[in-house]
Amino acid sequence: MVTFGWPEAFFIFRAAGWTLLLTAIAFMIGGLMGGVLAILRLSRIKLLRRFAAGYILVIQSIPVLMVLFMSYYGLSLFGIELPPFFAASASLAIYVSAYLAEIWRGSIEAVPFQQWEASSSLAHSPAQTYRYVILPQAVRISLPPTVGFLVQLVKNTSIVSVVGFVELSRAGQLVNNATFQPFQIFTLVAAIYFAICFPLSRLSRHLEKVMNASRPH
Amino acid sequence: MPAVLIEDVHKSYGALEVLKGVSLAVEPGQVVALIGRSGSGKSTLLRCVNGLEAFQSGRIEVAGHAVDQDPKRLRDLRKDVGIVFQSYNLFPHLTVGQNIMLSPRITKNVPQAEALALAKDVLAQVGLSDKFDSYPDNLSGGQQQRVAIARSLAMKPKVMLFDEVTSALDPELTGEVLLVMEKLAKGGMTMLLVTHEMNFARTVASTTVFMHQGKIWESGPSAQLFAAPQTPELRNFVKAGAH
Repeated sequence: MVTFGWPEAFFIFRAAGWTLLLTAIAFMIGGLMGGVLAILRLSRIKLLRRFAAGYILVIQSIPVLMVLFMSYYGLSLFGIELPPFFAASASLAIYVSAYLAEIWRGSIEAVPFQQWEASSSLAHSPAQTYRYVILPQAVRISLPPTVGFLVQLVKNTSIVSVVGFVELSRAGQLVNNATFQPFQIFTLVAAIYFAICFPLSRLSRHLEKVMNASRPH
Repeated sequence: MPAVLIEDVHKSYGALEVLKGVSLAVEPGQVVALIGRSGSGKSTLLRCVNGLEAFQSGRIEVAGHAVDQDPKRLRDLRKDVGIVFQSYNLFPHLTVGQNIMLSPRITKNVPQAEALALAKDVLAQVGLSDKFDSYPDNLSGGQQQRVAIARSLAMKPKVMLFDEVTSALDPELTGEVLLVMEKLAKGGMTMLLVTHEMNFARTVASTTVFMHQGKIWESGPSAQLFAAPQTPELRNFVKAGAH
């Protein structure tokens, strides 16, 4: 029987790397999609608004696990076989996009409408108003909740283990199956999650404080 | 040709008619004050002049631009018409200098060096040369409003609109803003302003327009209008100390 030692710990650490990579990819792709969705959600064109609102509503109303099953097993019914890493990244990106879209829409709407008036009164086009006036302020407003959401994402990546992708949680399970030393193993796994998430949580809290301090009165 | 021409403008919010056929002309270099109670339509009229509010019928022409809601035409209009708001509305993420340089840079492609010189010049005009690198949050209300005026001036407007620009200020800060506006008026700027500062209207505006219930109730040379109001409504308004 194998005992829990350096090779096993190393296996877990390497899996933590996959968790980070998956988080990063889901966050970047989901962020891009979310940014577009947030703008569509606020578009003057009703159809675009409806589309974005509908997408967000649907994705937020189903567990990310179902999105994952649908993209992994569902598509394979049609003969499309997605590699687990791809299915995992895509599903998480879809999940991320719906939540970030709402966070960012709220942040854009939190910029006082007088800023739109002042900007358009200075002959700025709508695109220039977004680029130079609204988005810089919205980004500041959105930073604390965005980083807060990132913490959720790191933890939620564990869900992709169900399609056989070996990230941090799955690696812990595999090592445990071989060694039967769950306490040590899952303590290590939990400690790694904590080491990733704790600094992020603190960063979010810190940003919130800084942003509140500099809010115009 | 008048700098601002307003002809029989009607505007409603749903069933509520807030402008009931307003006509007014402002000649180049003239300063016209709009006074009246809250809800008399004076701010709405001012906002119609630069297209911030759409109107249902009538005609407005400013500095040669017909005012409608076409985005491209509105942008051209706004290059020539500045507006200063009650709540300053400076861009809080930009320094004073950046606030002023932004619009000339992006709407008129003014080169950086030229925009910088322009910003320093307009800041000097409002007496805030030392605040170039400050953020709006670190300025008093009066200073922020003077920066807002400078920001408008940097677009070299042909007409300036002022919408109750001292109403949000503590009494001891209104003076510095009014002083800047008086200087502008003396320099020949065409100005249309909504104000509660009766003294300012009387002494600086050549013409004062009293609005009541969405109409121009009474108007004329400021000195005469305040000394001998013709309608009971204006008499009451002047007597009440204008609030």
